[in-house]
Amino acid sequence: MKAKLRSLLGIEPLDSRQILEILTLARRMNPARPRTTLRGRRIALLFYENSTRTRTSFEIAAKSLGASTVVIHATTASIEKGESLKDTGRTLQSIVDAIVMRHPSSGAPVLLSRLIDIPIINAGDGMHAHPSQALLDAFTILNHKKTLKGLKIVTIGDIFHSRVARSDAHLFSKLGARVVFCGPDVLLPESALALAPGVEIVRDMDEAIRGADVVMMLRVQQERLSGMQINVDEYIRRYQLTPAKLKLAKKDAIVMHPGPMIRGMEMTDEVADCGQSVVLEQVLNGVKVRMAILATLLGKKPGGAR
Amino acid sequence: MSTILLKGGHLVDPASGVDALADLVLRDGRVEEIAEPGKAKATADETLNLKGLIVAPGFVDLHVHLREPGQTHKESIASGTAAAAAGGFTSVCAMPNTRPINDSPAVTRWMQDEERGALVNVFPIAAATLGSLGEKLSDYRGLKRAGAVALSDDGRPILDDHIMREALALAAKVGLPVIQHAEDTKISHGNPMNEGVTSFKLGLRGQPASSEWQMVERDIRLASQEGGRIHVAHVSTARSLDMVRLGRSSSVNVTAEVTPHHFLFTEEACSNYDTRYKMNPPLRSAADREAMIAGLIDGTIDAIATDHAPHALFEKEVEFDKAAFGITGLEVALAAAITALYQAKKISLTRLVQLLSTNPAKIVGVTGRGTLAAGSVADVTIFDPKKRWTYDLEKTRSRSRNCPYGGMQFYGKVRATIVGGKVVFSEL
Repeated sequence: MKAKLRSLLGIEPLDSRQILEILTLARRMNPARPRTTLRGRRIALLFYENSTRTRTSFEIAAKSLGASTVVIHATTASIEKGESLKDTGRTLQSIVDAIVMRHPSSGAPVLLSRLIDIPIINAGDGMHAHPSQALLDAFTILNHKKTLKGLKIVTIGDIFHSRVARSDAHLFSKLGARVVFCGPDVLLPESALALAPGVEIVRDMDEAIRGADVVMMLRVQQERLSGMQINVDEYIRRYQLTPAKLKLAKKDAIVMHPGPMIRGMEMTDEVADCGQSVVLEQVLNGVKVRMAILATLLGKKPGGAR
Repeated sequence: MSTILLKGGHLVDPASGVDALADLVLRDGRVEEIAEPGKAKATADETLNLKGLIVAPGFVDLHVHLREPGQTHKESIASGTAAAAAGGFTSVCAMPNTRPINDSPAVTRWMQDEERGALVNVFPIAAATLGSLGEKLSDYRGLKRAGAVALSDDGRPILDDHIMREALALAAKVGLPVIQHAEDTKISHGNPMNEGVTSFKLGLRGQPASSEWQMVERDIRLASQEGGRIHVAHVSTARSLDMVRLGRSSSVNVTAEVTPHHFLFTEEACSNYDTRYKMNPPLRSAADREAMIAGLIDGTIDAIATDHAPHALFEKEVEFDKAAFGITGLEVALAAAITALYQAKKISLTRLVQLLSTNPAKIVGVTGRGTLAAGSVADVTIFDPKKRWTYDLEKTRSRSRNCPYGGMQFYGKVRATIVGGKVVFSEL
């Protein structure tokens, strides 16, 4: 048996049992029914990058478990004066019990976990990983499907810049789903195939979406393109999710988006607001799953508090 | 000066075709006599008993960063050359990316001043353009007179075709090689690792192999037109070696060096965001690593150079994409080469000595070195190719410890280093 999970740096190091434990615990979590599991614990939300959704979600999750939180924005802290991640981490270590961290550099949480001795929860690092998002995506899928095993999950769009796509692929692969990536060469290099077992690349959107159980749309991260050229009209024509394209998926397919969603770009209004879209459900599930993550990592009993 | 007798060792001197037991007499900084075992005529003040050890012409490192002047928190000429001595290097060629950049005869002379406290020979490589800005050529004649042995804007590749052409032409006239860090930075964007499967997994942006080999291809084309000598620094991709082969087949004067880390490691070493494996050029694919070994065997690669690049802890213990490029390597280069190449039965000891001494000495034209023929400079490296040891980074002579080799086990240990007839390092 593996040792108790201490930090959540990514999905890759987890096994399917650990993943399912968190997802099972999340089902019992509800922010409307606060718990005392983490009473007296202090959690720092260390954000080197702007985020509304994830930060709020973690903050509510922590408070719903009775923990106190402190939000630290890189722009308002000594970080802006040039303090290193090492020193920021060491300073926090002496006053908090855990750090939830968002950082623009891939691997920053891995580095911090080597330098300090308290649990680190990765709330998104560069293009690398966003494990809590992947867990809430799996949780959302499991609200609609019995199992992930054998499902065809197609992710469409800017895979290259997406930490969500990477973490999702690891998780879906571990739980036995077919992971189909679809996007143009510049946003989806062939090297993506080696990401996890069972990953496929299908360039044609119609073919990718045909018979899919889950359609995950991603935003084109214009701010990260750095010189890559994307023709917006061409992109919309080839990769936008329209009602017609969605018809190619299974009848009971669900449409997901990790947000923020740009209407008119990756999907039309009709699709965004249609009955198959579970985008808003993802947000609520985010709080439950993050409660489960915090309880699992910081709760006293192994496997999370009851 | 005293006379030293090197007794009972096995002399490997490819330049004079010797690979046999022999005694050597060193007098007044020169090799006076080479004799069959026990038959030296001269009397010596000091005898070193070298039974079971290899005696080779002193190693020449074509590529080190001594960081002085200007960045002595990383390294100094004294500390860097102490590390060189421990690694068996009797000569190091110092890259010009100091503060200020070594683009003037004054800095070139300053670096060679006795007051720097160098333990081994320091041969400056001067900047090919003023401030290494790639705009105006530096004073090649003056630099050569001051002691520069080559020209390079290492780390700041010369991208402009016209300037590179001028540099090759003038360097050819003056008789110096141009050393190019081949990297088209318009393609590589300073990205922290090789572009490929690993970089995708880690979510890091990559430098494609083409950013190197396309620059090698261009440099060779320009050298074929201008007739200069081009030396490819730290080659790292299979296709770059193909370019070197192609250039040679059409008689371009091109040579190439490889670092130990590029024939030891692959990009997968970066898997845990370990900045000790972050260097430029980055560690490449397994196929590229294989190609480096093939190039060392077939002679496409002329020399092993360390690209010794010291950095302080605070410059490395940061986010992977923000960490400084480079690792130290002077103290383990021989061991790395012996372990990966000689012990693995890929190359002979003669070839090893060619790569570490004979060829690099020729490339930078340091006459009287790279050989132990009678009359040559008494720069000698003595090593035990079979000795097993573990590299202890705590004991490094370098000021920096940014090195992945710490704690690794190797075959092959330097036992003594002699510079100009003077023992500067000894574990005899």
